[in-house]
Amino acid sequence: MIRDLVFVLLALLTVVPAFWVVFSRNIVHAGFALLFTLVGVAGLYGFLGADFLAVTQLMVYVGGVLVLVLFTVMMTHVPAAKRSRHGLDRYVPPAVFAAAVFGVLYKVITAVKWNVGEASTAPTTTEIGTQLMTNYVFPFEYVSIVLLAAMVGAAILIRERSHAGSDDAIAEEKQEARP
Amino acid sequence: MNVGLPHFLTVGAVLFALGLFAVMSRRNAVAILMGVELMLNAANVNFVAFSRYVQDGIDGQLMAAFVIVLAAAEAAVALAIVLALYRNYGTVHADTAQSLKR
Repeated sequence: MIRDLVFVLLALLTVVPAFWVVFSRNIVHAGFALLFTLVGVAGLYGFLGADFLAVTQLMVYVGGVLVLVLFTVMMTHVPAAKRSRHGLDRYVPPAVFAAAVFGVLYKVITAVKWNVGEASTAPTTTEIGTQLMTNYVFPFEYVSIVLLAAMVGAAILIRERSHAGSDDAIAEEKQEARP
Repeated sequence: MNVGLPHFLTVGAVLFALGLFAVMSRRNAVAILMGVELMLNAANVNFVAFSRYVQDGIDGQLMAAFVIVLAAAEAAVALAIVLALYRNYGTVHADTAQSLKR
């Protein structure tokens, strides 16, 4: 009984702010609603016995990605006058498509007889660490390379062009310094 | 009500549909990114739920961990692109980014 109540609360904490994320006109409000959705998903992980993932979700998503998103929202302020007003025709086709996708997914979820087994609720951190160093060592290394590439790529994308130290900029500086 | 696999899958389906709607309907690039994050989280909920209920093992949780890592990398690059877009065009509307070079 308490289990059900906890699940319902976590599901509401996940889904209701998700609606806010999607339908809010204010992008800052959407960002803060995303905070609650991500915390709710972390709670669902904990409910499912994935303790390591719950903590990872909180640290990486709430502590990292969300802060990044909110920084970007605040650095790219678009004045109200520049915001476009658009009619219903922009929302109807995506709404129909998303509803259709949800319908198909829900049909599959309810129609399939899932082969549900009993699972242990033992802590998973040890097992995840062992797996990462044995069966999943190649994806683990691959992901670290992806992270490095993403970090370098983001730094290159975001640099100021005029102070980038490119060949043109250096040549211009030399010409200016010559006389 | 006995909480089981279908309930988690339903939560995942709702999150996925909402993310899909956000990606298709929003114009603000950051809002589109938020939709992508919702969809990734939906997939993660499904991974962990299947790992808990159906398959005996921990592979689903490892997949979810890799998805979290890739989502972080994707967010970093996407937000860098958004900032570059804002610097060059003065707006973050995805529709305005129609040329590769200004």
